[in-house]
Parts: sequence; C-alpha cells; structure tokens
Amino acid sequence: MSSGLGLLGNTLLWLAVAAGLLQAGAGIGPWLAQPAATSRAGRLVRIGLVAQTVSLLAALVVLAWALAAQDLTIAYVVHHSHRAMPLVYRLAAVWGGHEGSLLLWAGLLAGWSAVAAWGLRAAEPAWANRVLAVLGALSLGLLALLLGGANPFEAWQGAAALREGMGLNPLLQDPAMALHPPLLYLGYAGTALPFAMTLATLAWGAPADWVRRSRPFTAAALACLSVGIALGSWWSYYELGWGGWWFWDPVENASLLPWLALAALLHVQAGRDQRGRFAHASALLAMAAWALALLGTFLVRSGVLTSVHAFASDPLRGSALLGLMALTLLVCFVLYARHPERLLPAKAAPLPAVVSRESVLALNNLLLIVACSSVALGTLYPLAMEVLGLGRLSVGAPYFERVLGPLLGLALALLVPAAWLRWGASPWRELLTRLRPVALLMALGAVAVPLLLWGVFGRWQWGSTLALWLALGVAGSTLAWAWQRMRSVGWRGFGVSPGGMVMAHLGVAVFTAGVALSNGYGHERDVRLAPGESAALAGCPLTFEGLHDEIGPNYLARVGQFRWGCEGDVPRLLRAEKRVYIGGGRPTTEAAIAPGLWRDLYVAMGEPLGQGLSASWSLRVQHKPGVRWIWAGALLMAAGAALSALARRGPLLPASRQEVPA
Amino acid sequence: MSRPRWGLWLAGLLLAGLLVLLASALWQGRPHTLPAARLGAAFPALPRPVLGRAPGLLQTVVADGQPRLVNLWASWCGPCRQEQPLLMALAARLRAKGQGGRLVGLNYRDTPQDATAFLAELGNPFALTLVDADGRLAIELGAYGAPETYLVDAEGHIAFRHVGALTQEVIDRDLLPKLEAP
Repeated sequence: MSSGLGLLGNTLLWLAVAAGLLQAGAGIGPWLAQPAATSRAGRLVRIGLVAQTVSLLAALVVLAWALAAQDLTIAYVVHHSHRAMPLVYRLAAVWGGHEGSLLLWAGLLAGWSAVAAWGLRAAEPAWANRVLAVLGALSLGLLALLLGGANPFEAWQGAAALREGMGLNPLLQDPAMALHPPLLYLGYAGTALPFAMTLATLAWGAPADWVRRSRPFTAAALACLSVGIALGSWWSYYELGWGGWWFWDPVENASLLPWLALAALLHVQAGRDQRGRFAHASALLAMAAWALALLGTFLVRSGVLTSVHAFASDPLRGSALLGLMALTLLVCFVLYARHPERLLPAKAAPLPAVVSRESVLALNNLLLIVACSSVALGTLYPLAMEVLGLGRLSVGAPYFERVLGPLLGLALALLVPAAWLRWGASPWRELLTRLRPVALLMALGAVAVPLLLWGVFGRWQWGSTLALWLALGVAGSTLAWAWQRMRSVGWRGFGVSPGGMVMAHLGVAVFTAGVALSNGYGHERDVRLAPGESAALAGCPLTFEGLHDEIGPNYLARVGQFRWGCEGDVPRLLRAEKRVYIGGGRPTTEAAIAPGLWRDLYVAMGEPLGQGLSASWSLRVQHKPGVRWIWAGALLMAAGAALSALARRGPLLPASRQEVPA
Repeated sequence: MSRPRWGLWLAGLLLAGLLVLLASALWQGRPHTLPAARLGAAFPALPRPVLGRAPGLLQTVVADGQPRLVNLWASWCGPCRQEQPLLMALAARLRAKGQGGRLVGLNYRDTPQDATAFLAELGNPFALTLVDADGRLAIELGAYGAPETYLVDAEGHIAFRHVGALTQEVIDRDLLPKLEAP
C-alpha cells in the first residue's frame, strides 16, 4: 500500500523523467541540423528543463514533508527519522540516507541546469540547447539510479505497521553536520556544468566563446565545494576534540579530489579563454572533475572504504553509481578520440615565451594534477591492496603531508610572480622592475620571519619558516599588485574578476600561514605546577592562579584558574575543571579552550601530585597558533571563487589583443 | 587525425582498471573491523546516568582489573534487534562463570521508556546500561552509528572495536578469548 505522499513523490519522479526526456531529446536529436529548428527546439528544451527542475524540487519538498509529518508508510522515513527528533534534524534526514542524497544530487543538478539556462541566455542558441540537453541526459542517468533501486518514496514493506521510525544517522545530528553535505553536493553537482559544456562541444562543436561561458560555473562549483569542505573541517576540530583539522580520512580526501581538479580547471580555463592555450587540458580536467565528484559520492555511499564516514549498504547501489561513471566516461573518451579538434580555438595566440603567464599556469596545473593524483593514490592504495589480497594497511597523514607539503611550497613560489606576469611574454627586465618591491619585502622577510619565529616560539622549524616566508611573499605580492592596479585604473575599473583572484590568492597565503603555524609550532606538553607557580606557554607565562572547589548540579568540581599573558598585555583568564560526579566513577576533565585570532590555547588538568588545595598538579597544555587562519584562508578562497563566478566578462575579443597593463 | 593515440588508450585502460577495482571491492564481503582511531586509548571516562536508576546517579566504565564488553545500542536501531539473541547467549555463558558483570550496555540517543521496553521484549544481557542520551560519549568514542561493540581491557583501554551487528564468528574469535580471561 502506498500512501498519498509516497504516490505524489513517485509521480513527481516520473514527471521529472518525462521532462528530462523532453529536455534531452529535443536538444540532442539530429533535427537540429537546420538552423530554422533551433529556436523551436530551444523552447522545448527549456520547457523540459523547467518542468524537470520544478518536479525534482517538489519531490524534495514532498520528502521533507513526509519526514516532518512522520509518514511511516514510506520506507525512507522509517529508516532515517524518528518522531522524537527535532524538526531541523528530521528535515536534515532528507540527505541522511543514500536515496535522499541521490534525490538531493538530482535536484541540485536540475537547479544548476536552470542557472545555466539563465547564464547561457546570450550564448549561441544551438550550442546552449546542446549543453542543456546533455545536462538533461546526465539528470536522466541520476533518475535511473533513483528509480532503479534507490527510490526514496518506496513503500515500507515491513511485517506490521510501525509506531515510529528508526532514527537518523546520528552523525548528522549536529547543526554544522546538517549543513555540510548539501554544500558538498552543491559543489559536486556543479561539476556537471563545465562537463556538459565540454561534452556538447566535443559532440557537436561550439562557438568561439564557449570557454568564457563556462568559467563562471567552474568558479561557482569551486566556491560551494570550498565552503562545504571548510565546514566539515571546522566541525571535526571543535566537536571531535582531537585537536586536528584534517585527518586524511578517505572520505575527506574524496571531497578534496574534485576540489583540486576544479581549481586546476579554473586556472587553465583562464588560459584557454584569454589565449586559446590549454584546450586539451581544460577538457580533460572538466571530465576529471565530474568523474571525481561521482567517485566522491561513490566512496561515501557505497561502503567500500572503512572510514568514519562510510556506511555499509547494498553493493548493487554502488555498482549503479559506478555504471553511471563508466558510461559517461566512455562517451567522453569516444567523443574525445573522434573529434579532439573541436576543442581547439579558431585562432590561438602565438606560442608563449618561457617567462609568461602561460608558463606559470602550466606549472601550476601540473602541480595541482600531481597533488590530485597523489591524494587519489593514497586514498585508493589500501583498497587496492585489500582487494588483491595483499593485506590490510592504512596510508596516514605522514604520507600526505610529505607529498603535498613540497607541492604546496612550489605552488606558493609560483604564486609570488603570478599576477605580475603578462600573457604571451613578460620581458625579464620589466618583470624584475615590477617585482622589485616584492623582492625587497621577501629579502626583509628572509631575515625577519626566522627572527620573528625565533623570538615568539624560541624554536626554529625550517619547513614552517619557509612556508611562512613564501606566504608572506604571496600576500605581499598580491597586495602590491592590487595596489598598483587600483592606482592605475581606480576602484571602478578594478574589475570583479581580478578582485576574486586577489582574494583567492590572499586566501592561499592565509591558509598556508595557518597550516605552517599550527602544524609546525603547535605543541602539546605536560607540565607540573603548584598554585602560584608559572610555566612558559608559547613564550608567555601561564600562571596557575589558584584552586577552589565548586558544587555543580550533580558533581563536585575542583576548579583551576589560570592566567596567561606577557607583562603589559591584558591577560587571558582560563578556567579548567576536574569533576567528580556523584555516584562515583573516574574524575572527568573539562579543558579550558581559549580561541583567538593568533592562537588557540588548551589547558587540561591531569592528576594532583599531592593533597589539598596547595598541591601541585600535572597539566596538559596545548598551544595551536594560527589554527583559525586555516578556515579563514579556505573561506577567502571560496569568496574569491564566488567573485570570479559573478564577474561580468565582456564579449570575446580577438586573441591577439593586448591585456590592459596592470 | 590518424596517428595512434597511445595516451588516450593508456588513460582509458587505467580508468577501466580503477572501475574494476572499485567494483570488486564493492562485491567482496569485507569484515566490519575498523582500525579505530581510538584503539589502544583509554575508554573515555565521561560519567553517564544509569538506565533504570535515579537520573542524578552517574557512572563511568571503570577499570577495576576486569575486561569489559561495551555494546552501543538503541531501541530504534534494526541491527541491534538482530544481535540481541547473541548478546543474551553471551551473557548466559559469562554469568555461568560468575563474569556476568562484564557486559555493559551503552544506550545511545534513546528515551528511557523505549530502551526499557526494548530490553523487556528481547531480554537484558547487560549488568549495567549507561544512558548516552545526547551522544556525547559516542562522539568521544568516535562511534558512527549503532550498533557498535568495544572490548575494554583490564586496564581500561579499548582493545577491539566492531562496527555493525555482532556475529557468532566475531564473538568466538575476537571477543571471548579476551573477555573470559580471569
């Protein structure tokens, strides 16, 4: 027996299929050869698209409604919610399970397609129709997965009618965690746009400005993915309390893979758009980003990886996702093998000189691809070993840090001159003149950064010092470039797109500084202090002010008060507790965490080394300098990508035109 | 465009290999033993109320020289229902040797009424059930769902972790030898 809501949901899914067939069929069919048919087909494609978007969004609303109203005739509601759950989490249950996440993916893809229809309104109509039709075909693939074995509206087949549902996957019952998956999926679904544009171009050819049309969508997908990843990282830091911000968990890595591909794609598309270079790289990266987004979904949802995120489930569902991945990649490869020349611009700029913006872009592209492959290798290697029966092993942080550290360093070194380089050729002499202030800053920094680090931390860590020095160079160079551009063209002429680049590159510098400081200079140690004594923490004295007892609602607490700060500063007061609960058990520790712009401090009380209130204690103190900068940097990168997505790019000019001098 | 494109073939082959690898991983039955992040660490000493006693009375899983089996469960969880008979049999075996106190339940994000009804229906294997209504202890454990089972050694360290419903094989192979130690 199917309930009203289940029936409604199923009807909406089938409507979406019909609309998708119209959208794909009207645009892909051979009848588009006659130019006269284009506008009629375009109208049909858009009618299909709107109908599909509306029915999928309505299906999401119906699913949310069923969860909110606890309609227990629907199996998904039974499996993923419970009436005792607060309404917010009942709604978050829409993406709490495999079926719901797939529906969300499909809904977001339809939403993105609608945005693309709007964004491509001024594009050449025949090509725009093809792109929307390809998006319709991708959407049909997802709908086939949904209806073929992961239908969120399937009726509950249990023996008896249930009184209540089984509850949401508890990991999602947290505000940040409830928002993290949809943002990630928004980024994943966004990879479909550059992919569909590439596919349409390979299959039927494209107008000269097609890459310019696809750049904003690449940037928008990158921005969404960045925020989603940053949110997940921040959650694990404050909630899990293990003090780390990235665990190199396979599923975290799975979201990093499409991010790296998209970041590379965004940069090569600039070269393809402005100079007609990187034609093949931008097509292959668009395919990679899409495939990696599907791989990310597959890794989380199929249960092949043992990780804190993965959920075991039916192998058939995972296979269906793999099938979709294989099919789209096969189509891509066949088209790419048949007509790679369609990617080439009608007119490319002359071969660039060694010192040029193109060279730096090519190197940056290489670094990002190597980074992406290394992360993929580290993530899938344990799986491969296990499948081949070569034993179980895990690849941990040391591998990733050792491989990605140098790559990040090289990328930073490239970023220092990046903005100053011209397309085509940047004469040495001119470049050196322009970079003189930056060189001066970096020369000063080469002395000041180590001295400063030595002064603040009393310790010298060469990897972090180098990274901080490079981050300083990147930040200085980027700001100097922005300043010079401001002076020559003013606020109004600055441009949204260069603004996005400045912001994103500053974000890279801030992120690097955060990573260098917290990984290189963060420390954790045990000290022994009696009330009145102090110990050095991060160069300033941490004074154990005193102890007193407090009575809580159901516990007795011994409260330690601490003061941290150098002479002349306003001291930070910290309060850590050791609690003994009524009813026995071991005493528990309430650590004091002082978040700050420059560092986070943790103080946790260990064991008393004597009796009474004047006894000395063993204390565990942690100092994490710059840890907040990591997320600030990620958000800056996301904001930069968002600006780049919003930038209004003018019509295509001949490739031989000169850039506006910076 | 007639020159052979080896790069393309190579890339295609690599991708096909990757897909085959993922598909075979999917279809291989794999044990649900996680290399837990907290393996070897002390079992978190977060005091929790005890099911069926006054809410103010808090307790932790204490290390008193005995190994303990901590089973994280909830009345809303289907697989928990499935593994309950195995836990009952295990409890009977341990009780016969005077070791019944070694089974500890951790009732996870549940209401006391539902939890009590669940135990009344399927039997109560636990000497003691701690109530983790807000899921705090599960977060400290790094648990990601119910059911999960932890073997805590005599010193209070997590010695083994099993994710998902228990099987007789896991009980015989991984749990009993350490759990029945004197």
